[in-house]
Amino acid sequence: MQPHLKQTYNYAFLDEGSKKEIRRTTLKAVAIPGYQVPFASREMPIGRGWGTGGLQLTLSLIGDQDCLKVIDQGNDDSVNAVSIKKLVQSCTEAEVTTDSERATLIQTRHRIPEVPIRADQILIFQVPLPEPLRMVEAKERKTKQLHAEMDYSGIWLRLYEDIVKWGKISIGADYPALAHKRHIFAPSPIPRYDLPKLNHADGLFLFGAGREKKIYAIPPYTDIEPLAFDDYPFETEHFDGCNCRLCGSSDTFLDEIFDEKTGQKFYQCSDTGNCRKRQEKRHTP
Amino acid sequence: MIHDESRPLLSVRHLTKRFGKGCTACSHPEQLPEGSNHCPHCGTVWACNDISFDLYEGEILGIVGESGSGKSSLVQCLYFDSSITDGSAHIATYQDGAANIFRESSQQKRYIRNHLMGMVYQNPWIGLRMQFSSGGNIAEKLIAAGTFNVHEIRARAKELLDHVEIPVTRMDEVPLHFSGGMQQRVQISKALANHPPILLLDEVTTGLDLSVQARVLDLIRRIQRESRTAMIVVSHDLGVIRMLCDRTMVMKQGRCIEAGLTDQILEDPHHAYTQLLVHSLL
Ligand SMILES: Nc1ncnc2c1ncn2[C@@H]1O[C@H](COP(=O)(O)OP(=O)(O)OP(=O)(O)O)[C@@H](O)[C@H]1O
Ligand SMILES: [Mg+2]
Ligand SMILES: [Zn+2]
Repeated sequence: MQPHLKQTYNYAFLDEGSKKEIRRTTLKAVAIPGYQVPFASREMPIGRGWGTGGLQLTLSLIGDQDCLKVIDQGNDDSVNAVSIKKLVQSCTEAEVTTDSERATLIQTRHRIPEVPIRADQILIFQVPLPEPLRMVEAKERKTKQLHAEMDYSGIWLRLYEDIVKWGKISIGADYPALAHKRHIFAPSPIPRYDLPKLNHADGLFLFGAGREKKIYAIPPYTDIEPLAFDDYPFETEHFDGCNCRLCGSSDTFLDEIFDEKTGQKFYQCSDTGNCRKRQEKRHTP
Repeated sequence: MIHDESRPLLSVRHLTKRFGKGCTACSHPEQLPEGSNHCPHCGTVWACNDISFDLYEGEILGIVGESGSGKSSLVQCLYFDSSITDGSAHIATYQDGAANIFRESSQQKRYIRNHLMGMVYQNPWIGLRMQFSSGGNIAEKLIAAGTFNVHEIRARAKELLDHVEIPVTRMDEVPLHFSGGMQQRVQISKALANHPPILLLDEVTTGLDLSVQARVLDLIRRIQRESRTAMIVVSHDLGVIRMLCDRTMVMKQGRCIEAGLTDQILEDPHHAYTQLLVHSLL
């Protein structure tokens, strides 16, 4: 069945014209860090809102020499990650991996791998809501104008009101940041812990929003500043005194897990690929 | 900002604002029917027609006229809320008065709006974000002018609210639940946040009870006395104009039909329409 199926799709599923258009959009996105470039998002064999934006980026970039890693909230084995990998494998000869250091392309939802992205790697985010100003302005025409005029007092006001009400900024994931001192962008729902990794990184970060038909990018060595007031600085999540129960790590992003039987709470690395490598190292000294 | 007092702070020349495309029948406003700002051929409304005036530092200029005479259109053009059809405006303290502010980029216009002008709208729903706290409304202006320190923002907001006699304890409440007079005072404090040299006030007291009106008018006079802010006060109420304004411009059908010292206009109105207005006041 498999070889037969391969012939019914174009290489990497999308037709060459579509891939070219997506790559052209990507180049424009790279040229204007954080600026959302519209593109003609295609129908994909997975539902919109399930990573179609990220997938289209992946498919437009992938070649047989590539090695792909797909993660969902840090996890290589989630149903979504697995079905995206299957789809890519059914229409390319690219290899797949769970090792972020071996991968050339990493498609992700909600996390950035623990090991920093290198210059020869591209991290592709699946983005549900690309517009950071949507929380203060409902109309697309208006948000476009606000970006054009760098009129960002509305979103800052929202942060001010948070501080007045809660004593701190209540945004957890998808924390807005300023790219290249010009555009405020939504980093997709990654934890705050991951946001500083976008600042002056060696690798390229691409963001694809399928449903909203937008692509944007953070190129290497771009200034990324999380929005914060002088006297209420940006803070990341921390896990003081906690360790991963599998690899023992105390310096990675940990998920809180409850054992249903015992009701006990314990911690585990969210980046499963990295955790597995650490476990192996621990067992083979 | 040091500024030569004999030079106007704001000079507006030939400002024209039209709603609609215009047509050959109304290409020159003189062609419009007598006593109308509306082209019978194409339906275009000539809301402001060739308006010129100067505003000096520390002065309050009144604009009076009947409903539809173009008063709001004029201040909205000056605040860049709506685009102009023709004309120029220069601010002495902006690029040394060399730039026609209507020709500036939208980013520069935003700078002018945030640093050099304040606007108080007749309808507080336009001037305030009703779902955000009063302090937040002021904060937005301060942030727009580059203050990113919550402590400083709150200190300044307190000072401003106190100045307009809003209890500081209500700073974190939304203006939605405030009375009309309080909402106008929050609007005024917001407009003053960045010490703008020019303040535009569009019918600030319309719809308020007389006693509440008096408090707002007192506040405006106090601001003028203390900070020498130049103001344009728009009103269709000559009583308000008489109380506040040094000089007055009378508008009708988008045109300025009479201008001069308020006292003189009230004592010796020249234009028949102004005479009518003045006599209805007495
Ligand atoms: N958005 C618009 N589209 C078309 N015509 C408009 C628009 N806004 C105002 N006008 C017209 O422009 C003219 C001037 O209106 P404007 O609101 O400036 O008058 P005003 O002097 O402020 O009146 P009022 O005392 O009622 O507030 C009126 O004829 C009005 O109908
Ligand atoms: Mg009006
Ligand atoms: Zn006409």
